[in-house]
Formats: sequence, C-alpha cells, structure tokens
Amino acid sequence: MEILVIADKKFNSRLFTGTGKFGSYSLMREAIIASGSELVTVAFRRAGASNDNGDDIIKYLQIPGVALLPNTSGVRNAKEAVLMAELAREALETHWVKLEIHPDPKYLMPDPVETLNAATDLVKRGFIVLPYCHADPVLCKRLEEAGCPAVMPLGSPIGSASGLQTKAMLEIIIDQSNIPVIVDAGIGAPSHAAEAMEMGAHAVLVNTAIAVAGDPVQMANAFRLSVEAGRMAFEAKLGTTKKEAEASSPLTGFLGV
Amino acid sequence: MFIFSEILKKHDWIEIRDSIQSKTASDVEAALYKHTPRSLGDFQALISPAAAPYLEEMAQMSSAAAKKRFGKTIQMYIPLYLSNECQNICTYCGFSYHNKIKRITLKDEEIVREAEAIKKMGFEHVLLVTGEAGKKVSMPYFKHALSLIRPFFSNISMEVQPLEEEEYAELIRLGLHSVFIYQETYNRESYSKYHPKGKKSNFDYRLITPDRLGRAGIFKIGLGVLLGLEEWRTDSFFCALHLKYLQKNYWQTKYSVSFPRLRPAAGIQLGSFFENGNGTSHFITDRELVQLICAYRLLDPDIELSVSTRESRNFRDHIVKLGVTSISAGSRTNPGGYSLYHESLEQFEINDDRTPSEVASMLEKQGYQAVWKDWDRNL
Repeated sequence: MEILVIADKKFNSRLFTGTGKFGSYSLMREAIIASGSELVTVAFRRAGASNDNGDDIIKYLQIPGVALLPNTSGVRNAKEAVLMAELAREALETHWVKLEIHPDPKYLMPDPVETLNAATDLVKRGFIVLPYCHADPVLCKRLEEAGCPAVMPLGSPIGSASGLQTKAMLEIIIDQSNIPVIVDAGIGAPSHAAEAMEMGAHAVLVNTAIAVAGDPVQMANAFRLSVEAGRMAFEAKLGTTKKEAEASSPLTGFLGV
Repeated sequence: MFIFSEILKKHDWIEIRDSIQSKTASDVEAALYKHTPRSLGDFQALISPAAAPYLEEMAQMSSAAAKKRFGKTIQMYIPLYLSNECQNICTYCGFSYHNKIKRITLKDEEIVREAEAIKKMGFEHVLLVTGEAGKKVSMPYFKHALSLIRPFFSNISMEVQPLEEEEYAELIRLGLHSVFIYQETYNRESYSKYHPKGKKSNFDYRLITPDRLGRAGIFKIGLGVLLGLEEWRTDSFFCALHLKYLQKNYWQTKYSVSFPRLRPAAGIQLGSFFENGNGTSHFITDRELVQLICAYRLLDPDIELSVSTRESRNFRDHIVKLGVTSISAGSRTNPGGYSLYHESLEQFEINDDRTPSEVASMLEKQGYQAVWKDWDRNL
C-alpha cells in the first residue's frame, strides 16, 4: 500500500480515530491500538482536568507511534477556534489541529464561512490545519488554496452512522483535490469505510462507530482491515461495472473493422 | 418581538391535556417506529398513559439513542449555593421568604473556601445557585463571585433569579457558560398559587427569560418543570414546546432539560402538593418519570438530560443507562455546605449522599465513563 503523506508526515495507516464516547479511557486506548491508527483526534476542551479522578485523557493517549490531533470542537466561530488552537498548541505541544467549528450544537454542522476564515488565519500562524467541513467541492478547493494540507469533508451528519450520503459530492472533491481527502463523520460500519477508500478517499476518520460498538476493540480491528482492503482495492484498480448489457445490434457495426 | 409568551397563548392547557389523554396504542406505535424526527404530537403520545405498556421498548430505544449521540459517558457537575436569602414566597421551597431560617450569603473568603472544597472533590463544572434577594444578591455580587470562582473551574453555570439581556451578556463575557431557568410550571393559574409574592410571581417575565438568554448568546440553557406542582404530562408538553421554539430561534445555543421532583424541605408539607381539588394527585411515580425521560430522548436525540441528587441512589444507578447525560454528586444545597456550615438550612433534602468518587465508580461498574471536564475556562 502506498504511504499516505500529509504535510511531510508519513502514515502507514489510513484509519484515523477519535477519542470521544468510550465507556472508559483504558478501553479507548486498547481500541486505538487495535485500530493501528497513527493519528487520533481529541477535543481540547476535554484535556487538562486538574483533579485526581483519573480524568486525564491525554495520559491514556501516550501510545508509541500515535500522534495527537487536538480538535477545536465546542467553538462557535473563527475567533474562538484560533484561541483554542493556540491553547492546544501550547498545552499539547503540537502545531497540528483539526479545525471544527460547529455553531449549531444540535446537528454539529460545520460553519463554512467561519471555517475558511479560521483556516486562513491558522495557516498564517504556522499551524497544520485539517478542516472538518461539508462535502462542498468549492469549499474544499478554497480550503486547499488557504493552505490546508488535507480536507475532511463529512460523509453524513456526525454520529449518524448513515454512511456516505454525500457520495456524489465526495467523488467530485476527490477528483479535484491536490491534497489528501479524509472522509470524516457518518461512517457507521467497516463497509462504509471500505466504500470511501475504494472511491479513492485518502483516509477516513472514525469515532462513534468504534466507541459505542458492543466490543470496541474488535470493531477497531474490523475498521483497520476494511480500510486496508478498500485502499488495496483502489490501488489494484477496480474493474468497471457495466450498467447495461451489450447491445445485440451494435450502432457502430456499419463502420466495419 | 417574537417571543414564547405569544406561542403559549395559542395553546390551551385543557385541550392539550385532553389530547394527551386521548392518545391510543396506535399513536404510540406510530411515534415509536417512525424513521423521521419525532414531532411534538409524537411526544404527546410517548408521555401519554397509552405508552405505559411500551416502557421497556422506549427505554431500550432511549438508551441506544443516547449512546449513539453521547457515547458511554456521563457529565459530572455540582451545585455551589452562594446564598439562601430570598424575597420570594414559593410555597414548596425551603428558602421561601416566610421560612424563619438562618439566612446566609457567602462572603469572598467563604466563596473561595467552598470553591476549593469542591475542586478537591474533582469537579470542573460548577453550578452557582442563589435565592432571589435583589438588593443584596444581584449583578455586582454575581460579577464579583464569578471573578472569584472562575480560576477554579472549567465550566460555570448559574441558577439564580431571571436577569436582563445585557446583564446576561456581561456575565457571559466574564465566563458564564450556562443558565438554568426552570419555569416550575407552565400553568399560569397554578404558578400564581405557588408563587404568591415576590418578583418571581411575574409568570411572563420568567417565561421569556430563555429568550433574553438566547439573544445574549448564552452557550446553554437549562429548562424544566418542578414535577409535583401540576399534572406532569401537560406541564412537560409545554416545556417541550418551549424547547422546540427556542431551538429554532436560538439555534447556536445548546439545551438541557432537568427533572426535579418535589422533595421535602423545612417548613413544607409535601402531602399538600400531591392532591388537587379532585382528590387526584400530581405526584409522578418512578415509572412515569422514566417514561418522561425516555420520551424527551426520543423527541430529541441531541438534548442533554440531567438528574440531580434529589433522586435516590437506586433510581440514579439505573437511570444513567436510560438516556440521561449529566448528573450531580456529593451535593449540598445550603450555602457554605461543603466547608463551612454543615448545619445551615438546605433548599431541599438530598436523596443520594454518596461521594462524587463513589458515584463515578458506580458509573464505571456500568461501563460508563464519568466526564469531569468538557469545557475550557479560556473560552
């Protein structure tokens, strides 16, 4: 399999994972290890609890070969996002950030205007910005132009587990993009992940489907395999499928050979 | 201006009550098995007597919906009572003006000691509570208290008297995240009966408080009715109506619903609240409360649902799996209760006196992670 490169960083695994919703931190850690993921995102607002209740999520994310990707979940506009990214850079000592601006706390829909503004500002401030965004081909090009080294369009509403509802748009995004496309949100089953990879997505980010599975560790493993299978199939070049049968009286037969 | 009191006028209490009572098993099934977002009509069916036989199914669906949206996590918070002074007469409350109790408003050093004591228990999310004593406990006091408390915690909420929009905006700038403002009851007549004197007797001012909060740009608004004051199904429908209205108009704000049930308190005869003129009772049973919580979860998979230490240990142990997202623990409902005055008067009696870490271990045993910090004080 081809090595994925984002902003000069190499990834053997094309499965990125989240850290929310797990029943315990140790289970989260085991699942991440089983997933083979080398990049895990964590909401910065969850980090840094100064108490003795074992609520130190970062401690459980110290896994060899796994890089932390703090995200700005919870912010409502570009200003707050930039502030949170700066806080995360200082506290977690990484200039990578997953930019998430969803001012709508119900459906967690990303705000395209604020996201583009924040991405522009954060790139200037020296961040590696991976923006979570709508499956909007124009917006993805604008984010690329702003200097983002990858885009993270959604497959369907976050947490919905309803698969690639935005497939037609994702195909355009992947076709047009000069930077890696990471399908984020809505991937509810390994088959969805495989589908995204077969389409040519460069990576996927999965959280809920692993975290709330009956056995998160086994599910993480299943996603690892499906992402690998999907990528291999893409690299092997899928045979085209014909939608209609061969016509019995060809229209171009009169041309001869 | 478009405000909730205009919406409320269009809904008749008796009609809504009758509509809920007339729901049938097929209404309940239609509400349960639909694949599109549920409506307030569906909510009526789910809280109706006709839904009682479907309770286990509702609980399974509610649990699954909460797990999908919030995962296996429960947010932990604790109240910090700053003052029990109150000029209102609320016939169910221990702080009621006529109650001859020792009145305390915490001073600077006392606030800090309480904050330190709470912090030691591991809390990052704190809820500031007061009575309503306009002259002594109003904006200057709140602003000062916030400045003292903010360095200790990641997330600060308030449950105090209703304020003006500009006042809320100012408190938000100083670090306020959420405001809990329970209407107590949406029945205007009953409201007057339970709140005969004081500023709180103004039903409409309280009713449109969430509108003022939404306009001020608050992060989260907590709604609820005090269960036991009125017929719970109809009252809860109005609360859900309020919720839906607010979500459409203040779409950047998050919402939570709480389920306070009347608790014994000093000077209060609880029995009197559970009987109305017809000899029937407003008391809500455990079974009915579970039905209500599940109905909210099915109405809105994204809403935060909160249960306090008003509820018993046994009830709380089971309810955390049914769709609830946040609980308090280790609570004291008297000012100074954590570090200073173990004797001063409580607003209501606590029903689950386990320590926060005991509650966290209970969650862990059930496969749930207690979340202590889910916000950052710099935001």
